[in-house]
Amino acid sequence: MTDNKKLIIIADDDLDYLFQMELYIKSFGFDVVKAESQKEAEILIENTKPDLAIFDLMMEKDDSGFILCYKMKRKHPDVPIILATAVASETGISFGVNSNSDKQWIKADLYLEKGIRKDQLNKEINKLLKI
Amino acid sequence: MKNLNVMVVDDEPGIRSGVSRILNNFTVSYPFMDADIDFNIIEVETGEEAIEKIKSDHIDIVLLDNKLPGIQGTDVLEFVNKNKPEILVMMITSYASLELAIKATNKGAYDFIPKPFTPQELKSSLENATKHLFLRGMTKKLNKEGKEIRYQFLSVLSHELKAPLYAIEGYLNIMKDKEAGEEILAYDQMIDRSLQRIKGMRNLIMDLLDLTKINFEKKPEKLRTIILGEIAQLSIEAINPYAIQKDVQIKLLDEENIKLNADPGDIEIIFNNLISNAVKYNNDGGEVLVSLKSVNDKIYIIVKDTGIGLSQEETDKLFDEFFRVKNEQTKHITGSGLGLSIVKRVVDLYNGEINIDSKVGEGSTFTVILPM
Repeated sequence: MTDNKKLIIIADDDLDYLFQMELYIKSFGFDVVKAESQKEAEILIENTKPDLAIFDLMMEKDDSGFILCYKMKRKHPDVPIILATAVASETGISFGVNSNSDKQWIKADLYLEKGIRKDQLNKEINKLLKI
Repeated sequence: MKNLNVMVVDDEPGIRSGVSRILNNFTVSYPFMDADIDFNIIEVETGEEAIEKIKSDHIDIVLLDNKLPGIQGTDVLEFVNKNKPEILVMMITSYASLELAIKATNKGAYDFIPKPFTPQELKSSLENATKHLFLRGMTKKLNKEGKEIRYQFLSVLSHELKAPLYAIEGYLNIMKDKEAGEEILAYDQMIDRSLQRIKGMRNLIMDLLDLTKINFEKKPEKLRTIILGEIAQLSIEAINPYAIQKDVQIKLLDEENIKLNADPGDIEIIFNNLISNAVKYNNDGGEVLVSLKSVNDKIYIIVKDTGIGLSQEETDKLFDEFFRVKNEQTKHITGSGLGLSIVKRVVDLYNGEINIDSKVGEGSTFTVILPM
């Protein structure tokens, strides 16, 4: 059997969240590589070309996710990226990647609040992978 | 007890006295309000009278009937919005007048009380209005006291509180959907991790409580002469079970029996945070030395560990709220990132200073210097 599963990079410094995402995404039928920090993710970006990437926003730095998006798009402009974060809109930080002005500086394809349901996550990933 | 002035504008005496009676012994309390709020009722018959009263007296809330003998309720509403927009207006309307309700909303009425109303309906409407006024006052105050800081603090706080919630929620969903099969043993680790995250959250909340406490002034009634060594000893005893697990030895060097005039709770915060950090970030089999000295009217609290140490960059940020050293060695150490910022605040409160001397791989020494 040839293994032509799609590969997804997940970067998150919350190891519990990382574990759960891996479990779900594997159950959707994808391969997963994990990074526990921005630093690890940067090394992955240099050495791997995934089909999709999911980055946490706040890791070692408050803007780790943005930096990773930028680096990924520079290396592989065609890899879709989901930016996930627990930072809530009630604190005043609110951005999406739906407006053109946001798209100019946030290099992600989709912005997700953490706590997304499993089926919804599957749907969003499939949409970005055009499955 | 705080008072709010509520003006009832209605030409029916029965309604006015009814409202007075209902609100007479009614109070509103809120978990983080210092005191309960109760109400002074001012009864007024006409719109003209209402406007005079608004001009001359301080009014917080207006309960306004629309059908009045002279000018109408909506005219009064318009006057309030133009001249005293801080007053909350609640319209008393009959169920039928939906059209009026829409018109009044557009003109800025805060709420409606449909007529006829039960005492409970009136009370709950008024409770909402009161809380709204209270929160509006709080927000204004916070805005004045540094919007920037509050914004930054809240966004990090929200992240730190929500991250464990998501993790726990995630595990619960996995268990609910039995993603790892029917065998309960398969979920052991997820349960352990959830409990760990809850513990982390609890610590964060405790630290936050410490932090809010210190935002206030030193409390003179709590100041007393304390023996520094005794508090250090208590702290060490509290942390020792954890130190034993990590095989870390804590030693206390206290030869002078130093006394200090302070709030024991504040000094405990200093010892607890410094000593528990010295254990947490130590290597297995390491050592923590707590020494107490006095030199020229100054007290020195020195906590030295043989732990992982800090880089210059990390040292610079160490007292920032929510800053945590993140690397391979600290990955599994939990903490709120508030401990040292709390210590810094306490030390500032006593006009002292705190210094760090650290080398990566060799350990750190924290020195707190307090005036006698």
